[in-house]
Amino acid sequence: MGEPVKADAVSAWYGKRLAIRDVTMSIEPNKVTAIIGPSGCGKSTFLRSINRMHEVIPGARVGGDIWVGTENVYGDGVDPVKIRAHIGMVFQRPNPFPTMSIYDNVAAGPRLSGSIKKRAQLDALVEESLRQSALWDEVKDRLKDPATGLSGGQQQRLCIARALAMKPGVILLDEPSSALDPIASFKIEELLNDLKGEYTVVIVTHNMQQAARIADFTAFMLAGSDFVGELVEKDATGQIFSNPRDKRTEDYISGRFG
Amino acid sequence: MQLERPQTRTYGQPEGLLHLEKHTAEAGATQRAPRSVSIPQNTGDRIFSLLTMGFAASVLAALGLMLGILFYQGWLSIHTNGFSFITGTTWAPAANLYGAAPSILGTLYTSALALILAGIVGVFVSIFLTEIAPLRIRFTLGLLVELLGAVPSIVYGLWAFLVLVPIVRQYIQPPLVDHFGNTPFFSGYPLGLGIFTATLILAVMILPTIAAISRDVIAAVPNQQREAMLALGATRWETTWKVIIPYARSGIIGALLLGLGRAVGETMAVTMVIGNNQSISPSLFGLSTTMPATIVNQFTEATGALYRSSLIEIALILMGVTVILNAAARLLVWSVTRKFKV
Repeated sequence: MGEPVKADAVSAWYGKRLAIRDVTMSIEPNKVTAIIGPSGCGKSTFLRSINRMHEVIPGARVGGDIWVGTENVYGDGVDPVKIRAHIGMVFQRPNPFPTMSIYDNVAAGPRLSGSIKKRAQLDALVEESLRQSALWDEVKDRLKDPATGLSGGQQQRLCIARALAMKPGVILLDEPSSALDPIASFKIEELLNDLKGEYTVVIVTHNMQQAARIADFTAFMLAGSDFVGELVEKDATGQIFSNPRDKRTEDYISGRFG
Repeated sequence: MQLERPQTRTYGQPEGLLHLEKHTAEAGATQRAPRSVSIPQNTGDRIFSLLTMGFAASVLAALGLMLGILFYQGWLSIHTNGFSFITGTTWAPAANLYGAAPSILGTLYTSALALILAGIVGVFVSIFLTEIAPLRIRFTLGLLVELLGAVPSIVYGLWAFLVLVPIVRQYIQPPLVDHFGNTPFFSGYPLGLGIFTATLILAVMILPTIAAISRDVIAAVPNQQREAMLALGATRWETTWKVIIPYARSGIIGALLLGLGRAVGETMAVTMVIGNNQSISPSLFGLSTTMPATIVNQFTEATGALYRSSLIEIALILMGVTVILNAAARLLVWSVTRKFKV
Protein backbone atom coordinates (compact mmCIF):
# COMPACT_ATOMS: atom_id res chain seq x y z
CA MET A 1 0.00 0.00 0.00
CA GLY A 2 1.02 3.56 -0.60
CA GLU A 3 2.41 5.60 2.26
CA PRO A 4 1.79 9.25 3.08
CA VAL A 5 4.66 11.73 2.86
CA LYS A 6 4.92 14.74 5.14
CA ALA A 7 7.58 17.36 4.56
CA ASP A 8 8.18 19.72 7.45
CA ALA A 9 10.15 22.93 6.78
CA VAL A 10 12.44 21.34 4.23
CA SER A 11 15.29 23.46 2.93
CA ALA A 12 18.00 22.23 0.58
CA TRP A 13 21.39 23.61 -0.31
CA TYR A 14 23.91 23.08 -3.09
CA GLY A 15 27.10 24.00 -1.30
CA LYS A 16 26.40 27.48 0.06
CA ARG A 17 23.52 28.18 -2.31
CA LEU A 18 20.05 27.74 -0.86
CA ALA A 19 17.82 26.09 -3.47
CA ILE A 20 14.53 25.59 -1.63
CA ARG A 21 13.30 27.15 1.58
CA ASP A 22 10.91 25.83 4.22
CA VAL A 23 8.78 23.59 2.06
CA THR A 24 6.02 22.11 4.17
CA MET A 25 3.72 19.80 2.31
CA SER A 26 1.74 16.68 3.01
CA ILE A 27 1.27 14.16 0.25
CA GLU A 28 -1.73 11.84 0.42
CA PRO A 29 -1.23 8.10 0.12
CA ASN A 30 -2.49 6.29 -2.99
CA LYS A 31 -2.92 9.49 -4.92
CA VAL A 32 -0.99 11.09 -7.74
CA THR A 33 0.54 14.37 -6.62
CA ALA A 34 2.12 16.58 -9.26
CA ILE A 35 4.70 19.26 -8.48
CA ILE A 36 4.72 21.98 -11.12
CA GLY A 37 6.60 25.20 -11.52
CA PRO A 38 9.02 26.98 -13.87
CA SER A 39 12.62 25.82 -14.35
CA GLY A 40 14.81 26.46 -11.35
CA CYS A 41 11.97 26.54 -8.83
CA GLY A 42 13.44 23.62 -6.91
CA LYS A 43 10.76 21.04 -7.71
CA SER A 44 13.30 18.35 -8.61
CA THR A 45 15.43 19.26 -5.62
CA PHE A 46 12.44 18.78 -3.34
CA LEU A 47 11.61 15.45 -4.97
CA ARG A 48 15.17 14.25 -4.53
CA SER A 49 15.10 15.28 -0.89
CA ILE A 50 12.31 12.80 -0.21
CA ASN A 51 14.49 9.73 -0.85
CA ARG A 52 17.75 11.37 0.20
CA MET A 53 19.11 11.45 -3.34
CA HIS A 54 19.80 15.16 -3.05
CA GLU A 55 22.80 14.58 -0.81
CA VAL A 56 24.42 12.33 -3.42
CA ILE A 57 25.64 15.50 -5.13
CA PRO A 58 28.91 16.61 -3.49
CA GLY A 59 28.30 19.51 -1.12
CA ALA A 60 24.51 19.18 -1.18
CA ARG A 61 22.55 18.96 2.06
CA VAL A 62 19.01 19.11 3.40
CA GLY A 63 17.46 20.70 6.49
CA GLY A 64 14.08 19.89 8.02
CA ASP A 65 12.22 16.61 8.34
CA ILE A 66 10.38 14.37 5.95
CA TRP A 67 8.18 11.56 7.18
CA VAL A 68 7.48 8.69 4.84
CA GLY A 69 4.88 6.50 6.49
CA THR A 70 5.87 6.65 10.12
CA GLU A 71 9.61 7.02 9.62
CA ASN A 72 11.52 10.28 9.61
CA VAL A 73 13.79 10.06 6.57
CA TYR A 74 16.14 12.57 8.16
CA GLY A 75 16.00 11.08 11.64
CA ASP A 76 19.16 10.38 13.62
CA GLY A 77 21.01 7.29 12.51
CA VAL A 78 18.76 6.63 9.53
CA ASP A 79 20.64 4.88 6.75
CA PRO A 80 19.96 6.65 3.43
CA VAL A 81 20.60 3.37 1.59
CA LYS A 82 17.62 1.78 3.36
CA ILE A 83 15.45 4.83 2.68
CA ARG A 84 16.23 4.69 -1.04
CA ALA A 85 15.44 0.98 -1.18
CA HIS A 86 12.00 1.77 0.19
CA ILE A 87 11.20 4.68 -2.16
CA GLY A 88 11.19 4.14 -5.91
CA MET A 89 12.60 6.77 -8.23
CA VAL A 90 12.28 7.28 -11.98
CA PHE A 91 14.42 9.84 -13.75
CA GLN A 92 13.97 12.29 -16.58
CA ARG A 93 15.87 10.25 -19.15
CA PRO A 94 15.34 6.50 -19.29
CA ASN A 95 18.44 5.02 -17.65
CA PRO A 96 18.33 1.23 -17.81
CA PHE A 97 21.62 -0.50 -17.10
CA PRO A 98 23.03 -1.20 -20.56
CA THR A 99 25.21 -4.11 -19.47
CA MET A 100 22.22 -5.98 -18.08
CA SER A 101 19.36 -7.82 -19.73
CA ILE A 102 15.74 -6.73 -19.40
CA TYR A 103 15.27 -9.35 -16.69
CA ASP A 104 18.42 -8.35 -14.80
CA ASN A 105 17.43 -4.69 -14.86
CA VAL A 106 14.19 -5.45 -13.05
CA ALA A 107 15.91 -7.90 -10.72
CA ALA A 108 18.73 -5.46 -9.86
CA GLY A 109 17.02 -3.99 -6.80
CA PRO A 110 15.76 -7.24 -5.22
CA ARG A 111 19.20 -8.79 -5.76
CA LEU A 112 20.78 -5.91 -3.86
CA SER A 113 18.62 -6.37 -0.82
CA GLY A 114 19.06 -10.14 -1.03
CA SER A 115 15.54 -10.63 0.26
CA ILE A 116 14.66 -13.13 -2.44
CA LYS A 117 16.58 -16.35 -2.51
CA LYS A 118 14.63 -18.62 -4.81
CA ARG A 119 14.86 -18.24 -8.55
CA ALA A 120 11.15 -18.92 -9.01
CA GLN A 121 10.23 -16.14 -6.59
CA LEU A 122 12.46 -13.71 -8.45
CA ASP A 123 10.93 -14.80 -11.76
CA ALA A 124 7.49 -14.12 -10.35
CA LEU A 125 8.50 -10.72 -9.00
CA VAL A 126 10.05 -9.69 -12.32
CA GLU A 127 6.91 -10.74 -14.17
CA GLU A 128 4.65 -8.94 -11.71
CA SER A 129 6.69 -5.74 -11.93
CA LEU A 130 6.75 -5.84 -15.73
CA ARG A 131 3.00 -6.46 -15.82
CA GLN A 132 2.40 -3.52 -13.49
CA SER A 133 4.43 -1.28 -15.75
CA ALA A 134 2.48 -2.55 -18.79
CA LEU A 135 5.60 -3.88 -20.44
CA TRP A 136 5.27 -7.63 -19.94
CA ASP A 137 3.50 -8.44 -23.18
CA GLU A 138 6.09 -6.53 -25.17
CA VAL A 139 9.16 -8.14 -23.60
CA LYS A 140 8.13 -11.54 -22.25
CA ASP A 141 9.80 -13.37 -25.14
CA ARG A 142 13.07 -11.50 -24.90
CA LEU A 143 13.80 -11.10 -21.21
CA LYS A 144 17.43 -12.07 -21.82
CA ASP A 145 17.98 -9.38 -24.45
CA PRO A 146 19.84 -6.16 -23.66
CA ALA A 147 17.63 -3.48 -22.14
CA THR A 148 19.06 -0.90 -24.52
CA GLY A 149 17.39 -2.68 -27.44
CA LEU A 150 14.04 -1.29 -26.28
CA SER A 151 12.56 1.97 -27.51
CA GLY A 152 12.77 5.08 -25.34
CA GLY A 153 9.24 4.68 -24.03
CA GLN A 154 9.74 1.00 -23.30
CA GLN A 155 13.01 1.80 -21.52
CA GLN A 156 11.22 4.28 -19.30
CA ARG A 157 8.54 1.72 -18.43
CA LEU A 158 11.35 -0.73 -17.71
CA CYS A 159 12.79 1.81 -15.28
CA ILE A 160 9.38 2.04 -13.63
CA ALA A 161 9.28 -1.77 -13.38
CA ARG A 162 12.76 -1.68 -11.86
CA ALA A 163 11.50 0.72 -9.18
CA LEU A 164 8.31 -1.30 -8.59
CA ALA A 165 10.28 -4.50 -8.00
CA MET A 166 11.47 -3.01 -4.72
CA LYS A 167 7.85 -2.88 -3.50
CA PRO A 168 8.21 0.78 -2.54
CA GLY A 169 5.67 2.72 -0.50
CA VAL A 170 6.21 5.82 -2.63
CA ILE A 171 7.26 6.32 -6.24
CA LEU A 172 8.97 9.55 -7.21
CA LEU A 173 9.09 10.51 -10.87
CA ASP A 174 11.25 13.38 -12.07
CA GLU A 175 9.77 14.57 -15.37
CA PRO A 176 9.50 10.95 -16.52
CA SER A 177 8.06 11.67 -19.94
CA SER A 178 9.83 14.86 -20.95
CA ALA A 179 12.33 12.91 -23.06
CA LEU A 180 9.64 10.81 -24.74
CA ASP A 181 7.43 11.23 -27.76
CA PRO A 182 3.70 11.95 -27.18
CA ILE A 183 2.58 8.33 -27.59
CA ALA A 184 5.13 6.93 -25.18
CA SER A 185 4.34 9.81 -22.87
CA PHE A 186 0.64 8.96 -22.96
CA LYS A 187 1.38 5.37 -21.98
CA ILE A 188 3.35 6.53 -18.96
CA GLU A 189 0.46 8.74 -17.87
CA GLU A 190 -1.99 5.85 -18.18
CA LEU A 191 0.36 3.72 -16.16
CA LEU A 192 0.64 6.23 -13.30
CA ASN A 193 -3.12 6.26 -12.93
CA ASP A 194 -3.07 2.48 -12.52
CA LEU A 195 -0.20 2.57 -10.07
CA LYS A 196 -1.82 4.80 -7.49
CA GLY A 197 -3.97 1.88 -6.40
CA GLU A 198 -0.91 0.37 -4.76
CA TYR A 199 1.55 3.20 -4.43
CA THR A 200 1.79 6.86 -3.56
CA VAL A 201 2.87 8.63 -6.73
CA VAL A 202 4.72 11.95 -6.76
CA ILE A 203 5.57 13.38 -10.15
CA VAL A 204 7.54 16.47 -11.05
CA THR A 205 6.51 17.90 -14.38
CA HIS A 206 6.90 21.16 -16.22
CA ASN A 207 3.95 20.19 -18.39
CA MET A 208 0.85 21.71 -16.86
CA GLN A 209 -1.51 19.76 -19.11
CA GLN A 210 0.10 16.57 -17.89
CA ALA A 211 -0.45 17.59 -14.29
CA ALA A 212 -4.08 18.45 -15.06
CA ARG A 213 -4.62 15.10 -16.75
CA ILE A 214 -3.10 12.75 -14.22
CA ALA A 215 -2.76 14.37 -10.81
CA ASP A 216 -5.24 14.24 -7.96
CA PHE A 217 -3.31 16.97 -6.17
CA THR A 218 -1.03 19.61 -7.57
CA ALA A 219 1.64 21.62 -5.79
CA PHE A 220 2.98 24.81 -7.33
CA MET A 221 6.52 25.88 -6.54
CA LEU A 222 8.18 29.11 -7.50
CA ALA A 223 11.52 30.80 -6.99
CA GLY A 224 11.33 34.42 -5.93
CA SER A 225 13.74 37.22 -6.80
CA ASP A 226 16.37 35.60 -4.57
CA PHE A 227 16.23 32.44 -6.73
CA VAL A 228 15.20 30.32 -3.76
CA GLY A 229 12.30 27.98 -4.48
CA GLU A 230 9.26 27.93 -2.22
CA LEU A 231 5.94 26.16 -2.16
CA VAL A 232 3.24 28.61 -3.23
CA GLU A 233 0.27 26.35 -2.70
CA LYS A 234 -0.89 22.77 -2.90
CA ASP A 235 -4.47 21.74 -3.43
CA ALA A 236 -6.74 19.41 -5.36
CA THR A 237 -5.78 19.63 -9.01
CA GLY A 238 -9.19 20.95 -10.05
CA GLN A 239 -8.93 23.69 -7.47
CA ILE A 240 -5.43 24.72 -8.55
CA PHE A 241 -6.34 24.94 -12.19
CA SER A 242 -9.77 26.50 -11.88
CA ASN A 243 -9.63 28.58 -8.74
CA PRO A 244 -6.15 29.02 -7.28
CA ARG A 245 -5.83 30.91 -4.03
CA ASP A 246 -2.56 32.63 -4.87
CA LYS A 247 -2.22 35.25 -7.58
CA ARG A 248 1.17 33.80 -8.64
CA THR A 249 -0.36 30.41 -9.29
CA GLU A 250 -3.01 31.98 -11.44
CA ASP A 251 -0.40 33.93 -13.40
CA TYR A 252 1.63 30.79 -13.98
CA ILE A 253 -1.15 28.47 -15.09
CA SER A 254 -2.65 31.13 -17.31
CA GLY A 255 0.74 31.36 -19.04
CA ARG A 256 1.74 34.85 -17.96
CA PHE A 257 5.24 33.62 -17.11
CA GLY A 258 7.29 30.44 -16.87
CA MET B 1 -9.29 26.15 -17.33
CA GLN B 2 -10.76 22.88 -18.43
CA LEU B 3 -9.43 19.62 -17.05
CA GLU B 4 -8.35 17.23 -19.74
CA ARG B 5 -8.75 14.00 -17.93
CA PRO B 6 -9.62 11.18 -20.29
CA GLN B 7 -12.62 9.29 -18.95
CA THR B 8 -12.19 6.07 -20.85
CA ARG B 9 -8.87 4.35 -21.14
CA THR B 10 -7.76 2.05 -23.88
CA TYR B 11 -5.37 -0.56 -22.59
CA GLY B 12 -4.45 -2.24 -25.82
CA GLN B 13 -2.68 0.27 -27.99
CA PRO B 14 -3.57 0.26 -31.68
CA GLU B 15 -0.97 -1.65 -33.68
CA GLY B 16 -0.18 1.42 -35.72
CA LEU B 17 0.95 3.42 -32.73
CA LEU B 18 3.16 0.69 -31.37
CA HIS B 19 4.71 0.29 -34.74
CA LEU B 20 5.40 4.00 -34.94
CA GLU B 21 7.10 4.06 -31.57
CA LYS B 22 9.36 1.18 -32.50
CA HIS B 23 10.06 2.57 -35.89
CA THR B 24 11.22 5.96 -34.66
CA ALA B 25 13.54 4.37 -32.15
CA GLU B 26 15.14 2.22 -34.80
CA ALA B 27 15.51 5.07 -37.21
CA GLY B 28 17.29 7.12 -34.58
CA ALA B 29 19.75 4.34 -33.91
CA THR B 30 20.67 3.51 -37.46
CA GLN B 31 20.62 6.87 -39.15
CA ARG B 32 24.23 7.49 -40.04
CA ALA B 33 25.19 9.38 -43.12
CA PRO B 34 27.90 7.56 -45.09
CA ARG B 35 31.08 9.59 -45.13
CA SER B 36 32.52 10.56 -48.41
CA VAL B 37 36.16 9.63 -49.06
CA SER B 38 36.41 11.00 -52.55
CA ILE B 39 38.94 13.73 -53.39
CA PRO B 40 37.17 17.09 -53.44
CA GLN B 41 37.16 19.27 -56.55
CA ASN B 42 38.18 22.52 -54.89
CA THR B 43 41.94 23.06 -55.30
CA GLY B 44 42.65 24.08 -51.72
CA ASP B 45 40.71 21.17 -50.28
CA ARG B 46 42.37 18.89 -52.80
CA ILE B 47 45.82 19.81 -51.59
CA PHE B 48 44.65 19.56 -48.00
CA SER B 49 43.21 16.09 -48.41
CA LEU B 50 46.25 14.83 -50.33
CA LEU B 51 48.50 16.26 -47.63
CA THR B 52 46.67 14.50 -44.81
CA MET B 53 46.53 11.33 -46.86
CA GLY B 54 50.28 11.53 -47.40
CA PHE B 55 51.01 11.89 -43.71
CA ALA B 56 48.66 9.05 -42.92
CA ALA B 57 50.46 6.90 -45.45
CA SER B 58 53.82 7.71 -43.84
CA VAL B 59 52.61 5.90 -40.70
CA LEU B 60 52.04 2.78 -42.76
CA ALA B 61 55.36 3.22 -44.49
CA ALA B 62 57.22 3.52 -41.18
CA LEU B 63 55.61 0.35 -39.89
CA GLY B 64 56.35 -1.50 -43.12
CA LEU B 65 59.97 -0.35 -43.20
CA MET B 66 60.47 -1.33 -39.58
CA LEU B 67 59.12 -4.82 -40.12
CA GLY B 68 61.07 -5.14 -43.36
CA ILE B 69 64.40 -4.17 -41.80
CA LEU B 70 63.86 -6.45 -38.80
CA PHE B 71 63.06 -9.34 -41.13
CA TYR B 72 65.98 -8.57 -43.42
CA GLN B 73 68.55 -8.20 -40.67
CA GLY B 74 67.14 -11.02 -38.60
CA TRP B 75 66.91 -13.42 -41.51
CA LEU B 76 70.34 -14.94 -40.82
CA SER B 77 69.19 -15.86 -37.32
CA ILE B 78 65.77 -17.08 -38.45
CA HIS B 79 67.41 -19.22 -41.10
CA THR B 80 70.27 -20.57 -38.95
CA ASN B 81 68.65 -20.96 -35.54
CA GLY B 82 65.27 -22.07 -36.81
CA PHE B 83 62.44 -22.74 -34.41
CA SER B 84 64.81 -23.65 -31.58
CA PHE B 85 65.47 -19.94 -31.24
CA ILE B 86 62.14 -19.63 -29.46
CA THR B 87 62.22 -22.92 -27.56
CA GLY B 88 65.94 -23.04 -26.75
CA THR B 89 66.84 -22.22 -23.17
CA THR B 90 70.57 -21.68 -23.61
CA TRP B 91 71.83 -18.31 -24.71
CA ALA B 92 75.58 -18.70 -25.18
CA PRO B 93 76.92 -16.55 -28.03
CA ALA B 94 80.44 -17.79 -27.40
CA ALA B 95 79.28 -21.32 -28.23
CA ASN B 96 77.02 -20.06 -31.03
CA LEU B 97 73.96 -21.18 -29.09
CA TYR B 98 71.02 -18.83 -29.35
CA GLY B 99 67.99 -19.83 -27.32
CA ALA B 100 65.79 -16.84 -26.54
CA ALA B 101 63.33 -18.61 -24.25
CA PRO B 102 64.75 -16.98 -21.07
CA SER B 103 64.23 -13.51 -22.53
CA ILE B 104 60.77 -14.29 -23.90
CA LEU B 105 59.54 -15.97 -20.72
CA GLY B 106 61.17 -13.28 -18.57
CA THR B 107 59.25 -10.61 -20.46
CA LEU B 108 55.94 -12.46 -20.20
CA TYR B 109 56.46 -13.32 -16.53
CA THR B 110 57.40 -9.84 -15.33
CA SER B 111 54.81 -8.11 -17.51
CA ALA B 112 51.97 -10.39 -16.44
CA LEU B 113 52.77 -10.01 -12.75
CA ALA B 114 53.17 -6.25 -13.09
CA LEU B 115 49.86 -6.06 -14.93
CA ILE B 116 48.03 -7.94 -12.17
CA LEU B 117 49.59 -5.75 -9.49
CA ALA B 118 49.18 -2.42 -11.26
CA GLY B 119 45.78 -3.42 -12.63
CA ILE B 120 44.28 -3.99 -9.22
CA VAL B 121 45.87 -0.90 -7.67
CA GLY B 122 45.23 1.25 -10.74
CA VAL B 123 41.52 0.46 -10.93
CA PHE B 124 41.12 1.18 -7.21
CA VAL B 125 43.00 4.46 -7.59
CA SER B 126 40.76 5.46 -10.48
CA ILE B 127 37.63 4.56 -8.48
CA PHE B 128 38.91 6.67 -5.59
CA LEU B 129 39.63 9.57 -7.94
CA THR B 130 36.20 9.51 -9.56
CA GLU B 131 33.78 8.18 -6.97
CA ILE B 132 35.15 8.66 -3.48
CA ALA B 133 37.60 11.54 -3.19
CA PRO B 134 36.44 15.09 -2.43
CA LEU B 135 36.60 17.37 -5.46
CA ARG B 136 39.76 19.20 -4.41
CA ILE B 137 41.71 16.00 -3.85
CA ARG B 138 40.48 14.57 -7.15
CA PHE B 139 42.17 17.30 -9.12
CA THR B 140 45.46 17.38 -7.22
CA LEU B 141 45.88 13.64 -6.95
CA GLY B 142 44.87 13.22 -10.58
CA LEU B 143 47.61 15.63 -11.62
CA LEU B 144 50.16 13.77 -9.51
CA VAL B 145 49.17 10.45 -11.06
CA GLU B 146 49.64 11.92 -14.52
CA LEU B 147 52.97 13.40 -13.46
CA LEU B 148 54.08 9.97 -12.29
CA GLY B 149 53.46 8.75 -15.81
CA ALA B 150 55.73 11.42 -17.26
CA VAL B 151 58.82 10.44 -15.21
CA PRO B 152 61.54 9.11 -17.57
CA SER B 153 62.14 5.40 -17.19
CA ILE B 154 65.84 5.82 -16.37
CA VAL B 155 64.81 7.81 -13.29
CA TYR B 156 62.55 4.94 -12.26
CA GLY B 157 65.46 2.58 -12.87
CA LEU B 158 67.83 4.56 -10.67
CA TRP B 159 65.23 4.83 -7.94
CA ALA B 160 64.57 1.10 -8.14
CA PHE B 161 68.26 0.32 -7.95
CA LEU B 162 69.07 2.72 -5.11
CA VAL B 163 65.90 2.43 -3.04
CA LEU B 164 63.80 -0.55 -4.00
CA VAL B 165 66.61 -3.10 -4.21
CA PRO B 166 67.91 -2.49 -0.67
CA ILE B 167 64.39 -2.51 0.75
CA VAL B 168 63.55 -5.79 -0.97
CA ARG B 169 66.88 -7.28 0.11
CA GLN B 170 66.55 -6.31 3.75
CA TYR B 171 62.88 -6.23 4.59
CA ILE B 172 60.80 -8.08 2.04
CA GLN B 173 62.80 -10.99 0.75
CA PRO B 174 64.12 -12.53 4.02
CA PRO B 175 60.70 -13.02 5.69
CA LEU B 176 59.16 -14.33 2.46
CA VAL B 177 62.02 -16.78 1.97
CA ASP B 178 61.79 -17.83 5.63
CA HIS B 179 58.11 -18.63 5.40
CA PHE B 180 57.62 -19.72 1.83
CA GLY B 181 61.18 -20.63 0.82
CA ASN B 182 60.24 -24.26 0.30
CA THR B 183 57.87 -23.36 -2.55
CA PRO B 184 59.46 -22.83 -5.96
CA PHE B 185 58.22 -19.25 -6.13
CA PHE B 186 60.05 -17.76 -3.16
CA SER B 187 63.42 -19.47 -3.09
CA GLY B 188 66.69 -17.69 -3.71
CA TYR B 189 69.52 -15.69 -2.19
CA PRO B 190 68.61 -12.30 -0.78
CA LEU B 191 70.19 -10.18 -3.47
CA GLY B 192 67.40 -7.66 -3.85
CA LEU B 193 67.76 -7.93 -7.59
CA GLY B 194 65.60 -10.17 -9.73
CA ILE B 195 62.12 -10.77 -11.07
CA PHE B 196 60.34 -9.57 -7.92
CA THR B 197 61.99 -6.16 -7.93
CA ALA B 198 61.62 -5.81 -11.71
CA THR B 199 57.93 -6.59 -11.37
CA LEU B 200 57.52 -4.00 -8.63
CA ILE B 201 59.17 -1.22 -10.62
CA LEU B 202 57.25 -2.21 -13.74
CA ALA B 203 54.02 -2.06 -11.77
CA VAL B 204 54.90 1.40 -10.46
CA MET B 205 55.71 2.55 -13.99
CA ILE B 206 52.52 1.32 -15.63
CA LEU B 207 50.27 2.29 -12.72
CA PRO B 208 49.85 5.93 -13.87
CA THR B 209 48.84 4.82 -17.36
CA ILE B 210 46.24 2.40 -16.05
CA ALA B 211 44.95 4.72 -13.33
CA ALA B 212 44.74 7.83 -15.50
CA ILE B 213 42.95 6.19 -18.41
CA SER B 214 40.62 4.18 -16.15
CA ARG B 215 39.79 7.40 -14.33
CA ASP B 216 38.85 9.05 -17.60
CA VAL B 217 36.61 6.20 -18.75
CA ILE B 218 34.97 5.87 -15.33
CA ALA B 219 34.39 9.61 -15.19
CA ALA B 220 32.69 9.32 -18.58
CA VAL B 221 30.05 6.92 -17.23
CA PRO B 222 26.81 8.94 -17.26
CA ASN B 223 25.75 10.19 -13.85
CA GLN B 224 22.25 8.82 -14.51
CA GLN B 225 23.69 5.34 -14.22
CA ARG B 226 25.07 6.03 -10.75
CA GLU B 227 21.84 7.67 -9.63
CA ALA B 228 19.71 4.84 -10.99
CA MET B 229 21.60 2.31 -8.90
CA LEU B 230 21.85 4.48 -5.78
CA ALA B 231 18.10 5.14 -5.95
CA LEU B 232 17.50 1.39 -5.82
CA GLY B 233 19.17 1.34 -2.43
CA ALA B 234 22.66 0.37 -3.53
CA THR B 235 25.77 1.34 -1.60
CA ARG B 236 28.65 3.13 -3.29
CA TRP B 237 30.50 -0.17 -3.36
CA GLU B 238 27.61 -1.98 -5.09
CA THR B 239 27.07 0.87 -7.52
CA THR B 240 30.73 0.84 -8.46
CA TRP B 241 31.05 -2.90 -9.06
CA LYS B 242 27.64 -3.68 -10.52
CA VAL B 243 27.07 -0.65 -12.70
CA ILE B 244 30.05 1.64 -13.16
CA ILE B 245 32.83 -0.87 -13.79
CA PRO B 246 30.67 -2.98 -16.16
CA TYR B 247 29.73 0.18 -18.04
CA ALA B 248 33.38 1.22 -18.36
CA ARG B 249 34.73 -2.26 -18.94
CA SER B 250 35.93 -1.90 -22.50
CA GLY B 251 37.77 1.30 -21.65
CA ILE B 252 39.36 -0.30 -18.60
CA ILE B 253 40.51 -3.24 -20.69
CA GLY B 254 42.03 -0.69 -23.05
CA ALA B 255 43.82 0.98 -20.13
CA LEU B 256 45.18 -2.38 -18.96
CA LEU B 257 46.34 -3.13 -22.48
CA LEU B 258 48.23 0.16 -22.76
CA GLY B 259 49.86 -0.57 -19.42
CA LEU B 260 50.80 -4.05 -20.55
CA GLY B 261 52.25 -2.65 -23.76
CA ARG B 262 54.45 -0.34 -21.75
CA ALA B 263 55.53 -3.18 -19.44
CA VAL B 264 56.45 -5.48 -22.31
CA GLY B 265 58.58 -2.88 -24.03
CA GLU B 266 60.13 -1.32 -20.93
CA THR B 267 63.91 -1.54 -21.09
CA MET B 268 66.05 0.62 -18.86
CA ALA B 269 64.42 0.28 -15.47
CA VAL B 270 64.10 -3.48 -15.84
CA THR B 271 67.67 -3.89 -17.03
CA MET B 272 68.93 -2.15 -13.94
CA VAL B 273 67.27 -4.47 -11.45
CA ILE B 274 66.43 -7.82 -13.03
CA GLY B 275 69.96 -9.19 -12.87
CA ASN B 276 70.39 -9.84 -16.59
CA ASN B 277 70.87 -13.54 -16.23
CA GLN B 278 70.03 -15.79 -19.18
CA SER B 279 68.06 -18.27 -17.17
CA ILE B 280 64.45 -19.22 -16.67
CA SER B 281 63.42 -18.76 -13.07
CA PRO B 282 60.05 -19.64 -11.60
CA SER B 283 61.17 -18.04 -8.34
CA LEU B 284 60.30 -14.38 -7.87
CA PHE B 285 63.72 -13.85 -6.33
CA GLY B 286 65.62 -15.47 -9.17
CA LEU B 287 67.67 -13.43 -11.62
CA SER B 288 66.42 -13.38 -15.16
CA THR B 289 66.21 -11.16 -18.21
CA THR B 290 63.69 -9.81 -20.66
CA MET B 291 63.75 -9.30 -24.39
CA PRO B 292 64.50 -5.56 -24.30
CA ALA B 293 67.04 -6.09 -21.51
CA THR B 294 68.91 -8.71 -23.52
CA ILE B 295 69.01 -6.49 -26.58
CA VAL B 296 70.18 -3.36 -24.78
CA ASN B 297 72.81 -5.22 -22.79
CA GLN B 298 74.35 -7.13 -25.62
CA PHE B 299 73.88 -5.11 -28.77
CA THR B 300 77.10 -3.10 -28.45
CA GLU B 301 79.16 -6.22 -27.88
CA ALA B 302 77.48 -8.36 -30.53
CA THR B 303 80.47 -8.96 -32.76
CA GLY B 304 79.50 -11.86 -35.00
CA ALA B 305 76.91 -11.53 -37.76
CA LEU B 306 74.79 -14.31 -36.30
CA TYR B 307 74.98 -12.81 -32.79
CA ARG B 308 73.77 -9.47 -34.10
CA SER B 309 71.08 -11.07 -36.24
CA SER B 310 69.85 -13.09 -33.26
CA LEU B 311 69.35 -9.95 -31.21
CA ILE B 312 67.40 -8.45 -34.08
CA GLU B 313 65.21 -11.54 -34.20
CA ILE B 314 64.44 -10.98 -30.52
CA ALA B 315 63.26 -7.50 -31.47
CA LEU B 316 61.08 -9.06 -34.14
CA ILE B 317 59.57 -11.46 -31.62
CA LEU B 318 59.04 -8.57 -29.20
CA MET B 319 57.11 -6.78 -31.88
CA GLY B 320 55.13 -9.94 -32.61
CA VAL B 321 54.26 -10.33 -28.94
CA THR B 322 52.87 -6.80 -28.75
CA VAL B 323 50.82 -7.37 -31.90
CA ILE B 324 49.41 -10.61 -30.46
CA LEU B 325 48.60 -8.92 -27.14
CA ASN B 326 46.83 -6.11 -28.99
CA ALA B 327 44.80 -8.54 -31.03
CA ALA B 328 43.93 -10.57 -27.96
CA ALA B 329 42.77 -7.49 -26.10
CA ARG B 330 40.60 -6.41 -29.02
CA LEU B 331 39.10 -9.87 -29.13
CA LEU B 332 38.42 -9.65 -25.41
CA VAL B 333 36.69 -6.28 -25.76
CA TRP B 334 34.67 -7.61 -28.66
CA SER B 335 33.59 -10.71 -26.81
CA VAL B 336 32.48 -8.91 -23.64
CA THR B 337 30.63 -6.14 -25.46
CA ARG B 338 29.19 -8.28 -28.25
CA LYS B 339 25.74 -8.66 -26.75
CA PHE B 340 25.55 -5.79 -24.29
CA LYS B 341 27.00 -2.89 -26.21
CA VAL B 342 27.96 0.23 -24.34
